[in-house]
Amino acid sequence: MSPAPTAAAPARKDDSQVRQKAMIARHFDRLAAAPETGARTAYTFVPGNLTELLLSFDVLPVLPEINALQSAMRGKTAEYIAIAEKHGHSEDVCTYVKSDIGMMKSGNIGPTGQRLPSPDLLLLSYTGCFTFMKWFELLREEYHCPVAMLHVPYQADGRITDAMRTYVVDQLKQVVIPKLEEVTGRKYDEDRLREHLARSAQAEDDLVWVLQSAKNVPSPIDAYFGAVYYVGPIFSAFRGTTDAVDYYRELREEIAERIRQGKGPVTPEGEVERERFRVVVEGPPNWTSFRQFWKMFADEGAVAVASTYSKVGGVYDLGFRHDPDHPLETLADYCLGCYTNLSLPTRIDLLTRYVSEYRADGFLINSVKSCNSFSAGQLHILREVEARSGRPGGFIESDLVDPRYFSAANIKNRLESYFQMIEQKRPGVAS
Amino acid sequence: MSEDPRLTALVSAAGTLFRDQALDAVRAWKARTGGLAVGFLPIYVPRELLHAQGVLPVGLMGGRPDLEIIKGDAYYQSYICHLPRSTIELGLNGSYAALDGLIFPAICDVIRNLSGMWQMLFPHVLVHYFDVPQNFDPGIGGAFYRRDLEALATALAERGARPLTAEALRESIALYNENRRLVRELYALRRREPWKVPTHELYVVLRAALLMPVEESTPMFAGYLALTSADESRRPQDQARVLVAGSFCEQPPLALIKTLERSGCYIVDDDFVQVHRFIRSDIPVDGDPLQRLVDALLTDAVASPTRYIAGGVKGADLEQRLAESSAEGVLFCAPSFCDPALLDQPMAVRAAERAGAPWTAFKYAENSGQFQVIREQAGTFADSIKLWSNA
Repeated sequence: MSPAPTAAAPARKDDSQVRQKAMIARHFDRLAAAPETGARTAYTFVPGNLTELLLSFDVLPVLPEINALQSAMRGKTAEYIAIAEKHGHSEDVCTYVKSDIGMMKSGNIGPTGQRLPSPDLLLLSYTGCFTFMKWFELLREEYHCPVAMLHVPYQADGRITDAMRTYVVDQLKQVVIPKLEEVTGRKYDEDRLREHLARSAQAEDDLVWVLQSAKNVPSPIDAYFGAVYYVGPIFSAFRGTTDAVDYYRELREEIAERIRQGKGPVTPEGEVERERFRVVVEGPPNWTSFRQFWKMFADEGAVAVASTYSKVGGVYDLGFRHDPDHPLETLADYCLGCYTNLSLPTRIDLLTRYVSEYRADGFLINSVKSCNSFSAGQLHILREVEARSGRPGGFIESDLVDPRYFSAANIKNRLESYFQMIEQKRPGVAS
Repeated sequence: MSEDPRLTALVSAAGTLFRDQALDAVRAWKARTGGLAVGFLPIYVPRELLHAQGVLPVGLMGGRPDLEIIKGDAYYQSYICHLPRSTIELGLNGSYAALDGLIFPAICDVIRNLSGMWQMLFPHVLVHYFDVPQNFDPGIGGAFYRRDLEALATALAERGARPLTAEALRESIALYNENRRLVRELYALRRREPWKVPTHELYVVLRAALLMPVEESTPMFAGYLALTSADESRRPQDQARVLVAGSFCEQPPLALIKTLERSGCYIVDDDFVQVHRFIRSDIPVDGDPLQRLVDALLTDAVASPTRYIAGGVKGADLEQRLAESSAEGVLFCAPSFCDPALLDQPMAVRAAERAGAPWTAFKYAENSGQFQVIREQAGTFADSIKLWSNA
């Protein structure tokens, strides 16, 4: 049995985090008021989302994955998962799905304690995860609302082909946009979409700058745990908004100041004062014990300098930016380019590159039971990156939102052993 | 009355191929013909296209219970299904050395990622991820799928296969139409007289066909159909008629199928070795044959959990299959950790309940070795059906 986490002190928050919290609160206020205001809502997913397109129709996005992870951070998912399993869902499948279904069956109360509106549209726009398709088939039975399906092909050979792009653009033109027009009663306005896309690109520039600031020694950010907050707005309901542009500008200024002061990252417990280990992390975090998990790193002076989770909604550091001059093509390229849509060899190349470019001491995989899209093949990734980078790899296992699969003592032991291994392999340390 | 020895011999020969994990038959075929052999994972690839280019399509279904998994387990965490482990094991132990390529259909995220692993582990073979569309509009998903088929044909030709021609493809479609027709007849016979076609036997015949050229599997199906139809030694027993759902990818051990039958169940419909039935009807042989293949997938494929069901009622196919097979109940029999099957199951259960069919559920792995619990569960289920039916 895992030891109970000790009572935590209030988490320290930067100004940008305070701004983000207010943005999120306003968004959920709008969602809660939707039945009265008549605002349309679309449930959709993080990787490959079409936020700019939704905003151009004044549709409010709801992201069930985000709700599930927020439920986990509020300690609600054990109950929600139990409800879903009681309704016949297998213990073997994705716990995001079960958490979402359990939440819905419990009144659909969102992370801010307000009721979420039922969807006017299930926008099955998804990248790199087969489970999403099943998820919305399940929700369709509950909500009896229209569904728009955008199938995004997999980059199996490590590249986007013209055939893939054409397929996605065709679906946008002939399926997704007409469905949005039908649900909202509005005509597609490409100029409006371009405005949102331009704002996306602006925010994306600043996000990339922030994430790449981890190349500094010491790193001013934690690019895994801390990055969860950084990527929140751009991967969810805010990409393409002035809110997002302002948030990322402020965040960039904050980080620039930290670099000037030679400071390490901020954690909920305070600053990391001495950076001992620089690691690249692959795989999503655990959300049920997020703060405890982060503390295990921070206590050791371990800082994540790059992560793949922070690319799950777009690998912007490879150069992609939303392009207002080619609105539908750029949406297609965005969908096709999200991290879990990359082939395994491409993922290995990327991780190896991160280890080198961010001067990491090693790389760590958090393999989550819920997400085969990330996890199937990670042991192969471990071996390959270790061989290519010459840096030690570590491997831990947990889950996204099922607390039954987070064994704190076990993970702590493994992490401590892993950091010791890094220490022993440092140049100049006698074996 | 004893069984026709020709039937015994046919099933025995099929059993030899079923056990041929090292693909000796494929090696022999290659030595005989000089052609390419390309493997494919469940659940569907257009074998007609490969055949038209002179390529032997080889269906790979993972490992059997007696395959010791050592290397394969080192590649996967405990919560990943078993099929990719045995596939890796068989790849690394040289069993698949006869294959010039491997096609990975879009089944799930595990198989998708396995395609990338294969690229790295076996860089000398063709690896093709078969990304079937989930949009079924001919001008959208159909156009994408057609381009994928053309890419596959080109890749095969670059490896030494014959270039694809319309004439050859038409001939191949005709051959596979006949092949599928016979499988449909076998399934129909089993629905009518399940004692004539024990599923553990039919299954072995279907699996054997995965390693044979269509020119040989069609006569085998025809022979089996004729012999088993005529065999009067097979008499009906008091068994419950069940539909087995969920076993479309990782296959159950043969002993599990036998266990279900011994527990008092006639399996009158199933998802096993689905490639033989994935396209439900004949594919027309007139017009543009490549487009005919595309249209068949878009409009005439089974409602597999791996396909998005865009219209209609989810689970309607299960209700239809229950009606057509006169099944009295459903056994949801899925591999552990199989996302498509297990995520579909709540919706399939509701469909079974709409149809008034009782159901029970259990899981397996391809290397499961203990079936006592399943036997008791299935036996109790069969008993309850029989008792309830007689009430």
